[in-house]
Amino acid sequence: MRRLGGAVLAIVLVAVLGVALVVWLNRDDELEPAAAASPADAATTIARGEYLVRAGSCFGCHTAPGGAPYAGGRAIETPFGVVHAPNLTPDATGLAGWTSDDFWRALHNGRARNGRLLYPAFPYPNYTRLARADSDAMFAYLQRLAPVAKPNRAHALRFPFDQQAALAVWRALFFRPARFAIDPARSPQWNRGAYLVETLGHCNACHSQRNVLGATAGPLDLAGGLIPIQNWYAPSLHDNREAGVGDWSEREVVALLQSGVSARGSVQGPMAEVVARSTRYLSDSDLVAMAIYLRALPPTERSAAPPNEAAAAPSERGARLYADRCANCHGERGEGVAGAYPALAGNRAIALSPPANLVHVVLRGGFPPTTAGNPRPFGMPPFATVLSDQDIADVLSHIRASWGQRAPAVSALEVSRYRGASSR
Amino acid sequence: MMFRKRFPPARRRVRACVAALLAIAAAALAGAVRAAPFEDTIAQRVLACTGCHGEQGRAGPDGYYPRLAGKPAGYLFNQLRNFRDERRHYALMNGLLALLDDAYLREIAAYFSSLDVPYPPPAPSSTAATLRERGEALVRRGDPARSLPACTQCHGDAMTGRAPFIPGLLGLSRDYLNAQLGAWRNGQRRAIEPDCMAQLARSLAPEEIGAVSAWLAAQPVPSHAQPASDAGAPLPIPCGGLAPPSAGR
Repeated sequence: MRRLGGAVLAIVLVAVLGVALVVWLNRDDELEPAAAASPADAATTIARGEYLVRAGSCFGCHTAPGGAPYAGGRAIETPFGVVHAPNLTPDATGLAGWTSDDFWRALHNGRARNGRLLYPAFPYPNYTRLARADSDAMFAYLQRLAPVAKPNRAHALRFPFDQQAALAVWRALFFRPARFAIDPARSPQWNRGAYLVETLGHCNACHSQRNVLGATAGPLDLAGGLIPIQNWYAPSLHDNREAGVGDWSEREVVALLQSGVSARGSVQGPMAEVVARSTRYLSDSDLVAMAIYLRALPPTERSAAPPNEAAAAPSERGARLYADRCANCHGERGEGVAGAYPALAGNRAIALSPPANLVHVVLRGGFPPTTAGNPRPFGMPPFATVLSDQDIADVLSHIRASWGQRAPAVSALEVSRYRGASSR
Repeated sequence: MMFRKRFPPARRRVRACVAALLAIAAAALAGAVRAAPFEDTIAQRVLACTGCHGEQGRAGPDGYYPRLAGKPAGYLFNQLRNFRDERRHYALMNGLLALLDDAYLREIAAYFSSLDVPYPPPAPSSTAATLRERGEALVRRGDPARSLPACTQCHGDAMTGRAPFIPGLLGLSRDYLNAQLGAWRNGQRRAIEPDCMAQLARSLAPEEIGAVSAWLAAQPVPSHAQPASDAGAPLPIPCGGLAPPSAGR
């Protein structure tokens, strides 16, 4: 009896200590005071806030397709269920009644005004490093939007992910409030680039691998990963054979982020959305800063291809499909048309592993975003309704084995898996 | 040796002829593959559309992808925006247009609207004559007892539409018409509010939709059919898609 009592006591003690640890690890960082601002600065602050909100890509999630800007409502599918982005306009259903302290607390500590823990689909693991003055400017801008009455939809997450306690454990494991630290050994431009890429731009939200609990290794990891649910592959920014820009010029990086196209490649899929909703609005000097930072990322070398994956072989069927469906625009030798259709020969997007993006592009086609630098983009037709999984596998395997390229073959099974994700 | 030495020029000539013939054949084959040389035109830029909607937007082969050529520009522009902003749902269209701005959509709409491409004759109708008669009555007279306006009141007596926003009703397949009226009925297809077509489709019984589609799809399109340019009589019910488009993104 006494022994049993002792065991129970021990279990209770461990549980209490565990809960105490989780609570302690979830404590808020101390409040950073708001910057003193004179009313004369208001217009400048609001304009800067709008700029920062765009740099932070807030629009993409907080605006439903065709809906009022920043009034929320977009459903974000995650492996744990659906998260509905809330209304950010100054309506009673949105951020009316919030103070700049509340807003900074949400960005910096990942907590709502009422103290509830926020889901990290909202990228506060990145925004936590935002400067208080930037947070205040963003808030000032959002408070000046026209109020839109649009009640937030409850998230639809599976048990146990719908529990605040589970979220507290997740945060205890993967999140600490942090502040952006200037690296004095680097130039001011590099530091500005780091701030934009790691904090506001939250690039690692896509460009890194997430663990089983959906956590990234942190804002400095940009080594690439398959985006959950969407199943597009966000290529590594550390690797020049993927999306690294170590061998690009600064101007080429700026052109890509500003206009969606550059002499070295164009954006597609989720990155096209990033350009359309965010980076095309950034100033030249900020884009140059991002280019400087991205060009200086430490390169990681990966083995060319896992040895068990056989390189694709050119096939007659694939060649015939290519001649019928692709050659008219991309050229008989994959040479493309400069300024209109990307070359496939020597294009690093062709060899990416997994081949997710290639399959998506063939299935859905697409237009790069309309931007000031590319106001009338050329488009590619979708082939989802005219090519079978086997057709797409054959033509992609052919391309991956042609013009000096030696990437692994694509199977019909892989195509069918991405086709499922494509129809979302 | 002697023989060879005597005849080499002839052999060379034969070889040259064969080579020339081969070169011509290769050029012809290459020409067959490379159907159209690259030209920077709006037609080239919208090959993504004509892949399904047919060359020059004259409609896809199976009747599912509707004709674009010659439709009123305002109507096409509104549909492009409806797909981009997900009032209309078709994943491939939603995805293609998601990141295109109003200015470019307006240009694409104007391009397809400007094309005057002959219509094919209507597919032979397999529907009962009584069904088509019921359809014709609804199209031409509506149902005054239910205050249901006739289709022709808005789409024109010739049913070729009214510029710039109201489309013609001819030259569309029965399947496509059924699918669109059905989609309006169940909310899959929406327009800018007030959504007059949704309201009308909901007041039609499914058999009535079938009758209207059967009759319309069996009508030939007059040659060089153009939407009427006159704004005409006031519309019987308000339609949001007819207002000047609001400022886009």
